[in-house]
Amino acid sequence: MPSDPFTPGVVAGRLSADEIAENFQDLHPPLNDHEAHVAADRCYFCFDAPCATACPTTIDIPLFIRQIATGTPEAAARTIFSQNILGGMCARVCPTETLCEEVCVREVAEGKPVIIGQLQRYATDRLMAAGTHPFSRASDTGKTVAVVGAGPAGLAAAHRLAMLGHAVTIFDARPKGGGLNEYGIAAYKATGGFAGAELDWLLGIGGITVEYGKKLGAELALSDLEDRFDAVFLGIGLAGVNALALEGSGPEVVNAVDWIAEMRQSKDKTDIAVGRDVVVIGGGMTAVDAAIQSRLLGAGNVTMAYRRDRAAMAASVMEQNLAASKGVRIVCNAAPKALVASGVLFARTETRDGQLVDTGETFEIAADQVMLAIGQSLAGQPDLALKGRKIAVDEHGRTSRPGVWAGGDCASGGDDLTVTAVAEGRDAAMDIDAALSA
Amino acid sequence: MADLTSTFVGIKSPNPFWLASAPPTDKEYNVRRAYEAGWGGVVWKTLGEAGPPIVNVNGPRYGAIHGADRRLLGLNNIELITDRPLDVNLREIKSVKRDYPDRALVVSLMVPCEEEPWKAILPLVEETGADGVELNFGCPHGMAERGMGSAVGQVPEYIEMVTRWVKQYTRMPVIVKLTPNITDIRQPAAAAMRGGADAVSLINTINSITSVNLDLFAPEPTIDGAGAHGGYCGPAVKPIALNMVAEIKRNAETADLPVSGIGGVTTWRDAAEFIALGAGNVQVCTAAMTYGFDVVKEMISGLSQWMDEGGHESVASVVGRAVPNCKDWQDLNLNYVTKAVIDQEACIKCGRCYAACEDTSHQAIFNEIDGVRGFKVNEAECVACNLCVDICPVEGCITMRELALGEVDERTGKKVEPYANWQTHPNNPAARAAE
Ligand SMILES: Cc1cc2nc3c(=O)[nH]c(=O)nc-3n(C[C@H](O)[C@H](O)[C@H](O)COP(=O)(O)OP(=O)(O)OC[C@H]3O[C@@H](n4cnc5c(N)ncnc54)[C@H](O)[C@@H]3O)c2cc1C
Ligand SMILES: Cc1cc2nc3c(=O)[nH]c(=O)nc-3n(C[C@H](O)[C@H](O)[C@H](O)COP(=O)(O)O)c2cc1C
Ligand code: SF4
Repeated sequence: MPSDPFTPGVVAGRLSADEIAENFQDLHPPLNDHEAHVAADRCYFCFDAPCATACPTTIDIPLFIRQIATGTPEAAARTIFSQNILGGMCARVCPTETLCEEVCVREVAEGKPVIIGQLQRYATDRLMAAGTHPFSRASDTGKTVAVVGAGPAGLAAAHRLAMLGHAVTIFDARPKGGGLNEYGIAAYKATGGFAGAELDWLLGIGGITVEYGKKLGAELALSDLEDRFDAVFLGIGLAGVNALALEGSGPEVVNAVDWIAEMRQSKDKTDIAVGRDVVVIGGGMTAVDAAIQSRLLGAGNVTMAYRRDRAAMAASVMEQNLAASKGVRIVCNAAPKALVASGVLFARTETRDGQLVDTGETFEIAADQVMLAIGQSLAGQPDLALKGRKIAVDEHGRTSRPGVWAGGDCASGGDDLTVTAVAEGRDAAMDIDAALSA
Repeated sequence: MADLTSTFVGIKSPNPFWLASAPPTDKEYNVRRAYEAGWGGVVWKTLGEAGPPIVNVNGPRYGAIHGADRRLLGLNNIELITDRPLDVNLREIKSVKRDYPDRALVVSLMVPCEEEPWKAILPLVEETGADGVELNFGCPHGMAERGMGSAVGQVPEYIEMVTRWVKQYTRMPVIVKLTPNITDIRQPAAAAMRGGADAVSLINTINSITSVNLDLFAPEPTIDGAGAHGGYCGPAVKPIALNMVAEIKRNAETADLPVSGIGGVTTWRDAAEFIALGAGNVQVCTAAMTYGFDVVKEMISGLSQWMDEGGHESVASVVGRAVPNCKDWQDLNLNYVTKAVIDQEACIKCGRCYAACEDTSHQAIFNEIDGVRGFKVNEAECVACNLCVDICPVEGCITMRELALGEVDERTGKKVEPYANWQTHPNNPAARAAE
């Protein structure tokens, strides 16, 4: 008998391939020309626009929207890409509700921002569909740079360095590039193999070689890279996952990022096992993504359990609402204590004088699968000074070792977002260029 | 990449976008920032004679017409020429030109309609290193009451006379800025040419009252309970300006006179349209006053993309390309027959086309298709007026289909025949026999 949403246990194929495909459609379908013009017409072309300041890559948003409004989306795309070469992915995954759109003067005044993210997608899709690359390389400088990690930070750095005429080699531990764009971002945000297509398009600048299956700390040593290249950029993200030791046994326990990575690589997702009763532990973007995608695969009951109160949740209100709209139950003030035969035992918590404390009460939530989404961490500690649990960098991305730069999730400072990784990669590239041309 | 550089009456600029003589160009601070934003050139705010500076009103000087969402469509002003001392302006012009040698800097002038004042001011301007002068014969308010501005521009003989003086006393290129407040724009353009002008620029603002305050019963902008007419500019005036540029370009006498196109240029497309009608460059005022200097970035990128897409290598190669196709009505092909076609996939069934055609046009749209709500053209009635196309809210939903030669027009029952115009039409009493 094939399984369905009511089948107990952790099983694959709760929904048919067609139902899954339907569920995983684009979160925001692309705008057509008319919708884009109506949306663009709402932009006031603000002076010193707050949206552009809020964008970590400082895209000239009023300009690109005006370029859409005047019928030149390709020029709009060039405006975007000149600041953010992953503008296509960012248009899909940026939490715009806490970045550009949050400060749009129309959001502040009317609660209805100009839909900047969707307009950005309209423009970038148009240029990328033409299949051409908008930039060309400067003449060869004779300098070489190693970039470790083919995620947003590494790709942004590599692209900018190649554009400035340096020869770049990217090394990545995984068999595919894109970093979390390929393995982490929610499937409904980057449909149609966009991460891979964007990677190929980005490499169209030329001057970049990519070597997959090369891991720093295994096949590669930092000192070796320093010898072979004129500069090194590290964009290795956070490859480790924070552990949570829960006593007892019962439900199957998985790391949400691993489960998501496997799902992202599946062809039609009918082979991805998911519980009937899923409990996701965590309150951030990863927890929301794991919970929603469990529902979309046919899990019957999905609960996101977060140990603090709702206000402290890292997931934005928009994401919380999205989860709720997909039937995810969000339970706050629930600290996991142990696994029990039928699920997870939680302690009720409370915040007293800023301190999180157990109230003494406990309760159970039924689960046959538990997903841990309590954060990622730096793995394979390179021999560099740390700040907190990340590689310490200055405002130019320089690490404690001369000739070695870092950016993105692995480096100190900035939010763990795709767009921040792009900004840091690009800025480090500019500093590397300055150092190499000095 | 298309070549946007422009040479207008010998004056070079990196692109054909100049700021028109107006508040955006009234001082060094503005002009430097405009150049930094990318403007190819500026025409400095009009200078007057040395002596006590001009005074402006101290109440509101603008009135406006807004579209949906408060988009500024038309702007009216009662500002006069610069109200800053002549020597300050001249000093600033010199300093800016020295620092931006690659940008065009033309100085707009308006002094009394006598030879001496013109003779006196020209060497002072020449000394700044400016690239040329523009004679403001266009300002329609205030200055006109004092016999300057449009008071000169409305009398072709004065235009010719003053232009001749100016040409006599300077070697700089001379652009004559025309007022649209006349009946036939070809007359002042021809007069400027006879006087030796290197070019004309048009249009200056149009006499207007934008609105009336119904509590005060006074025109806006209202100054202490009263108002004066002002000059109208912005997107609303573009169609008037385009036609005036075309008239000059179609007139054999003035066809070769360079034109700087002004009036409602708001996007790259507006600029391309002026250029296609024969303008060698464009000047912009209201768009900059509405959105700031950065709008020029969109104008540059848009014009450049359009030129690349059309394979147009330089601005010069598109100047005047639409002029040969600007015809008189009597030259249009009366045997060119089209019919409206409603794309049923795109139609949102709002019925606006039906209301427009049924109530105000030719009753050529059905409001039912097979007994259900739907809109379809009745070719037996459609006269191809295009109204439905223009009022349909869905772009591209209604299009005009061209009937092939020999195809029967269901409205007339006749086959489509080769080109023939009114001049040979049997209903025309003055028709010449067809050859
Ligand atoms: C589930 C999930 C959902 C997310 N959703 C969003 C979202 O919707 N919007 C958003 O803005 N951000 C989101 N993020 C965050 C975002 O994905 C990251 O901030 C961003 O990808 C960081 O880019 P990066 O280049 O620093 O690192 P990564 O994308 O992690 O890339 C690092 C790369 O380095 C490689 N690598 C790692 N270690 C080594 C090594 N030792 N040697 C060689 N290569 C190595 C990896 O294989 C990987 O390709 C999400 C994150 C997760 C986990
Ligand atoms: C406030 C204001 C002041 C102006 N002052 C001058 C002037 O001093 N000299 C001049 O030649 N034109 C002047 N103009 C006219 C403009 O240069 C320009 O011809 C006109 O505004 C049409 O262009 P636009 O539609 O781009 O605004 C002024 C326009 C405005 C709005
Ligand atoms: S724009 Fe407003 S603030 Fe500035 S001078 Fe005019 S009225 Fe005053």
